[in-house]
Amino acid sequence: MRVGVLALQGDIQAHEAVLERLGCRAREVRRAHDLDDLHGVVLPGGESTTMWHFLRRTQLDEALRCFLRSGGAAFGTCAGAILLAREVRNPDGRGLDGIDIGIERNGYGRQTESRVIDAATDDPEAPSIEAVLIRAPRIVRVGSAVRVRAHLHEEPVWVESGRVIATTFHPELTHDTRVHRRFLDLARDFAEACMAPDTQ
Amino acid sequence: MQNEIRVKTGLAEMLRNGVIMDVTNAEQASIAERAGAVAVMALERVPADIRAQGGVARMASPDKIREIMHVVSIPVMAKVRIGHFAEAQVLEALKVDFIDESEVLTPADETNHIDKWSFRVPFVCGCRDLGEALRRIAEGAALIRTKGEAGSGNVVEAVRHLRTVNAQMRRLRMLDAEELVHEAKELGAPVELVRWVHEKGKLPVPNFAAGGVATPADAALLMQLGAETVFVGSGIFKSEDPESRARAIVHAVLHHKEPEEVLKAHEGLGEAMPGLEVSRMDEKDLLQTRGW
Repeated sequence: MRVGVLALQGDIQAHEAVLERLGCRAREVRRAHDLDDLHGVVLPGGESTTMWHFLRRTQLDEALRCFLRSGGAAFGTCAGAILLAREVRNPDGRGLDGIDIGIERNGYGRQTESRVIDAATDDPEAPSIEAVLIRAPRIVRVGSAVRVRAHLHEEPVWVESGRVIATTFHPELTHDTRVHRRFLDLARDFAEACMAPDTQ
Repeated sequence: MQNEIRVKTGLAEMLRNGVIMDVTNAEQASIAERAGAVAVMALERVPADIRAQGGVARMASPDKIREIMHVVSIPVMAKVRIGHFAEAQVLEALKVDFIDESEVLTPADETNHIDKWSFRVPFVCGCRDLGEALRRIAEGAALIRTKGEAGSGNVVEAVRHLRTVNAQMRRLRMLDAEELVHEAKELGAPVELVRWVHEKGKLPVPNFAAGGVATPADAALLMQLGAETVFVGSGIFKSEDPESRARAIVHAVLHHKEPEEVLKAHEGLGEAMPGLEVSRMDEKDLLQTRGW
């Protein structure tokens, strides 16, 4: 199984460090061909406007859409979640359509509203997860096929659909590797699907 | 306290691998955002003008900063004078995203820096060596940048400061545990932070570079020397074609390890800002010696 980290801007190294702790060396993705033969890609936190700027200039946005349509695993945190969304608000626009959610940039306000807070998960064995929210986006719409894995005051902060995960918080800035492990499971699942003999 | 510093350094982490640009009005801020800046630094005059015009340089007017916050969606930083905690309180009330306690402005306190722990908003501070970096971190800074020599268009001081911090950290890594207290005394830094760097081999907060960046290759140089993001002050809006230069420097930071891409960033650029020979400057004209 091979995974990568979108390495245009943001906390790329924080994600790489978590993946490495989990025994996985990630490839840095800067160009469309870097996605070739990957099974999963992490879209880090950072500034989504800056990332869009590079994605459009390099046509990496189209390559990512293609990767997502083919069933590749993806995990976006904060700005990465904005990139993966179907619709984006403030300013309004479209994302890569990797997951059927609507998301509002800086939905909780500016940096003075940033905080660390426990979110409630859907797992009775481990019912809470530490959420580091930094100028975080707010998930304002969730499609019917999307599963909410964690929420904060009834608002989703960790959502999943197919092999795509989006969190509005930053698990890569904590010691909790749950979401990254989940991402690696999804990437492994895609790798196995790629290996399986064609049944058609 | 522990959660607060994580939220502060967390924003600094998000700004990594990017370019932060000095802007003096809303129009420049829009240009910076369109060019791919990760944040803008709002100030009244860019350092080159402060240097040329002289006089007391203060925090930018809140009206101006608000105007900038209104037009861009990326984080907005603003500068306060060293030690001027009341200016910082004003900026916090204004809800800027980051405060730069900066040697570029005229210091308000020649002995004490701001107690940055008492603010919710994160601070960035300049340094020339490891001791200075650790003193600022001890005061609560969530991000460190090398000072360089602002407004000079000459990258030599930024290189000196970055190399100094790196060399001092490498040295610290090799010391025996018994030697750390003496080293802390020599550096003028708290022993807990000295021990932290000894163990981890890096600063406990992100480390950016600033001061004198004028060209895409200047930015690529600082990134290859280990800066995690580059601040560009006068270099953009004092050049012939700010919009192209802003885009070019952003491109060079993204591809700092690929010379062909840095070459592309240089092609078709107009004139860079004029530069100053720092070694011929009068000691009293240096901005980097402000603060300690």
